[in-house]
Amino acid sequence: MDREVVYMDNNATTMVAPEVFEEMKPYLTQFYGNPSSMHTFGGQVGKKITEARSRVQALINAEHDTEIIFTSCGTESNSTAIFSALQAYPDRKEIITTRVEHPAILSLAPYLEKQGIAVVQLKVDKHGRLDMEEYAHFLKDDTALVTIMTANNETGTIFPVEEMAKMANERGVLFHTDAVQAAGKLPINMKESCINMISLSGHKLHAPKGIGTLYVRRGTKFRPFMRGGHQERNRRAGTENVASVIAMGKAAELAMTHLDDEGSKVKAMRDRLEKGILESVPRAIVNGDVENRLPNTSNISFEFIEGEGILLLMNDLNIASSSGSACTSGSLEPSHVLRAMGVPFTAAHGSIRFSLSRYNTMEEIDYVVDNLPPIIEKLRSISPFWKDGNPIMEFDPDYK
Amino acid sequence: MWDYTDKVKEYFLHPKNVGVLEDANAVGDVGSITCGDALKLMLKVDENEKIVDAKFQTFGCGSAIASSSALTEMVIGKTVEEAEKISNQDIADFLGGLPKEKMHCSVMGSEALEAAIANYRGIDLKIIEEEEGPLICQCFGIHEKLIEKTVMENDLKTIEEVTNYTKAGGGCETCHPAIEDIIEKVWKMKGKEVHVKEETPEKKPAMTNLQKIALITETIEKEIKPMLAQDGGDIELIDISGNEVLVALRGACSSCVSAYYTVDGIEDKLREMVYPDIVVKLQKD
Repeated sequence: MDREVVYMDNNATTMVAPEVFEEMKPYLTQFYGNPSSMHTFGGQVGKKITEARSRVQALINAEHDTEIIFTSCGTESNSTAIFSALQAYPDRKEIITTRVEHPAILSLAPYLEKQGIAVVQLKVDKHGRLDMEEYAHFLKDDTALVTIMTANNETGTIFPVEEMAKMANERGVLFHTDAVQAAGKLPINMKESCINMISLSGHKLHAPKGIGTLYVRRGTKFRPFMRGGHQERNRRAGTENVASVIAMGKAAELAMTHLDDEGSKVKAMRDRLEKGILESVPRAIVNGDVENRLPNTSNISFEFIEGEGILLLMNDLNIASSSGSACTSGSLEPSHVLRAMGVPFTAAHGSIRFSLSRYNTMEEIDYVVDNLPPIIEKLRSISPFWKDGNPIMEFDPDYK
Repeated sequence: MWDYTDKVKEYFLHPKNVGVLEDANAVGDVGSITCGDALKLMLKVDENEKIVDAKFQTFGCGSAIASSSALTEMVIGKTVEEAEKISNQDIADFLGGLPKEKMHCSVMGSEALEAAIANYRGIDLKIIEEEEGPLICQCFGIHEKLIEKTVMENDLKTIEEVTNYTKAGGGCETCHPAIEDIIEKVWKMKGKEVHVKEETPEKKPAMTNLQKIALITETIEKEIKPMLAQDGGDIELIDISGNEVLVALRGACSSCVSAYYTVDGIEDKLREMVYPDIVVKLQKD
């Protein structure tokens, strides 16, 4: 197969934009000075970091550029936010999150519980939506932090974080959101928000891996995660990852220019992909809140077959995407997100996530729409649960 | 991305013997859609007990499909008696090996083969179920006998290996102690002792402060003083406060540059004899 990779796994990571690479390159080669140095050679690098900071500030429309802290990744930003809140409010022993958060948040729960912190994980319904009454029930004056993702990485489902932040704010509780998947795809406006902290990640935004951002609203109590230096105004020690910080700034600027494309061009491709697949493949179900999700994400379950087989056959045609199946992760159970939504096992094992970017083309969409149905058909012809174009029995008739 | 061998890839991309064998007289059905893999193995056995044809249907990952297809290739032409000897390791070997997390795919193959042969011999599946022993892993529906057999045949020694081979223990983990017991039992049958359980050092019973002080004094008198005396030194116990033991070194030790190393030695001895949290401090003159 001569075709270059058809990359539809942008929620996993994205291509570094050529403009971003050009922008960062001189800071890996020519301008290697330390931004903290007194000499001009280093100082000019510091200026460029200031520029990057104001570009990220613009992307999320933050009031002050000092509210932007550069970190090493989205996970560091998330951990910083959580541990900062717990240290700033040592008497508060509870945090609220959801069952469908990214592992960067969820896998902290057992550790936090050992430290005596209760971690409330809110339920979702079969479309992946939260129950606001349940949230209101758990939200208390002594909650240290609410941390809820802006949009889910697997299904694209968008959560009402502004409304939830407002509720937290009224109780005097800090609100953090992991906006790693949402940034650049949805408008974010910190000037008209009461969210206290936001995590962003460079590599989901066409910057390289190894750079993240934590927004901390002015006036929010903060305790650094990493100490040992004055950088980032004493809030994140360590010599700046200069080239990547500059890349993050450029990526943020590009994301702003292309924000409208996400809602139009990228969404049009996603919709065409989804429609094309659903029209030609029977027993395919879209997972997530279709009314309210990221414009680039489509999570489809192909019943009665297993996701790894689909991925491997697509891989053979140079199509890259991912699956919520157990077999692909090395764990034995399918995606925690789909299980939290109550997606039946007949469907959860066969889920595929397509996540697009502005670099995809309609031609690629058509290539996938043409080539996927025979793959599904082939695997179903091997499956003992499928016969002559139909399942041999219904396993979970209640689920729609 | 799994590190599959070329043979696994080949058997997955172009599986042989897929489909329904209409005149099968030996059928083995194992796994379930809930667990994420299932295999229906269909064999045709002739009057000379020779397997003349085999087909399969599999719901599962790439290596499950490859293992099933490989199994059909392996059994065709063999007698039932010969086929019965095929182990899960044989299936994995036939494919040039499987990633360790995927060994359960080969176990599913050998289970299906066993079930098909039982079916051919007219053994009631219900009786087999009774022989499966108690249900160990609720999450994946794995019974004791399968775990025992797999541990025995593959020389498994850890829970992780059992999970890789049978899936048992891969869900909620509450069956881990039961799996440990099975591993130890099997290795006893093999005539070897295997300790799966983490060794937890026996905790010394809690002491009262008086007992503690008495034991520290005794240890210093009987163990440490003779040790230091060999080098012409001596020790004096000044105070005990909580976990801190304050001592002064006398004689040759007091001026010795290695006084701090001596303190480490004393601390080690006290930790060994009294309790492990003791900190020894040196009184400065």
